[in-house]
Amino acid sequence: MTLWATVLTASAAAFGLKYAGHVVPHHWLEGPRTRRVTGLLPVALLAALVAVQTFTSGHALGLDARAAGVGVAVVALLLRAPFLVVVVLAAATAGVLRAVGLAA
Amino acid sequence: MNELHPRRRSQVVRQSLSVGLATGAYGVSFGALAVASGLSLWQTMALSTLLFSGGSQFAIVGIVAAGGSGVAAVATSSMLGLRNSLYGLQVSRMLEVRGLRRVAAAQLTIDESTAVAVGQPERQASRLGFWVTGVTIFVLWNLATLAGALVGDALGDPRAYGLDAAASAAFLALLWPRLRSREAQAVGVAAAVLALLLAPHSPAGVPVLVAAVTAVVAGVRPRREREVPA
Repeated sequence: MTLWATVLTASAAAFGLKYAGHVVPHHWLEGPRTRRVTGLLPVALLAALVAVQTFTSGHALGLDARAAGVGVAVVALLLRAPFLVVVVLAAATAGVLRAVGLAA
Repeated sequence: MNELHPRRRSQVVRQSLSVGLATGAYGVSFGALAVASGLSLWQTMALSTLLFSGGSQFAIVGIVAAGGSGVAAVATSSMLGLRNSLYGLQVSRMLEVRGLRRVAAAQLTIDESTAVAVGQPERQASRLGFWVTGVTIFVLWNLATLAGALVGDALGDPRAYGLDAAASAAFLALLWPRLRSREAQAVGVAAAVLALLLAPHSPAGVPVLVAAVTAVVAGVRPRREREVPA
């Protein structure tokens, strides 16, 4: 799949899912199990994305400046920092550690 | 239908604008990450305009950057977007719109616009909150994406600026507010561990998709007594 095909297919699917919620008969989406699975899916996917994005390089697992950045992000989130601040602090932490040669 | 009192009206508009400003602004981080991950400026803008759902957009960029397949990127993005169907179900009852307005409402159906809408006690306020929040985020998110993409393009090596750590932090910040229940925390830990166990042995993008199984398992398992709805 080319990058453009990925972008456009994902966009079409995303709109289809949003629109479906507005037009399908309500009982289709209303079972308690459907609602629970749909509520937990973002949790599972985002948690897996955090783990993979932070601790893997290609097929290798490892600890580097990203882990330190995420550690700082956790502290910022505990202190209720807004999204942008969390992201910038994590980037700055990793960038500085690399610049001074303390982490890869 | 009853008109909203002017004071309530400005209250709802203020709340919507503040949510919209806070959310729209972090489009900067998406724009910078997307171009650093190899997307062109136009591909980055297409995601913010056409896909318009933060979690899915970050996921596509993360998977593409890791060398994952387009199929894995689309599948992950779509599973993340499934919650918008449930949001659509909730807000469609309040909005009662048809035709082009319904198309617009669907595109604006995301976490924040839904949260503001369902948080209002009166239907008129819900409608106002939905539209003001949705339109504000749409406009600011796209402008911020453009700014981030232009800055990101000028930066050079993304690792030197810690942009890979920024992607991790973005996923974490999107995850954080969803971790309130014990069940969600357990699913999050299980999904992260499963993804890391699979990562050395499977193509990029696949571990995240397989980790979604933890949500399905937790969601369909039988409930305890006290959780039976009243």
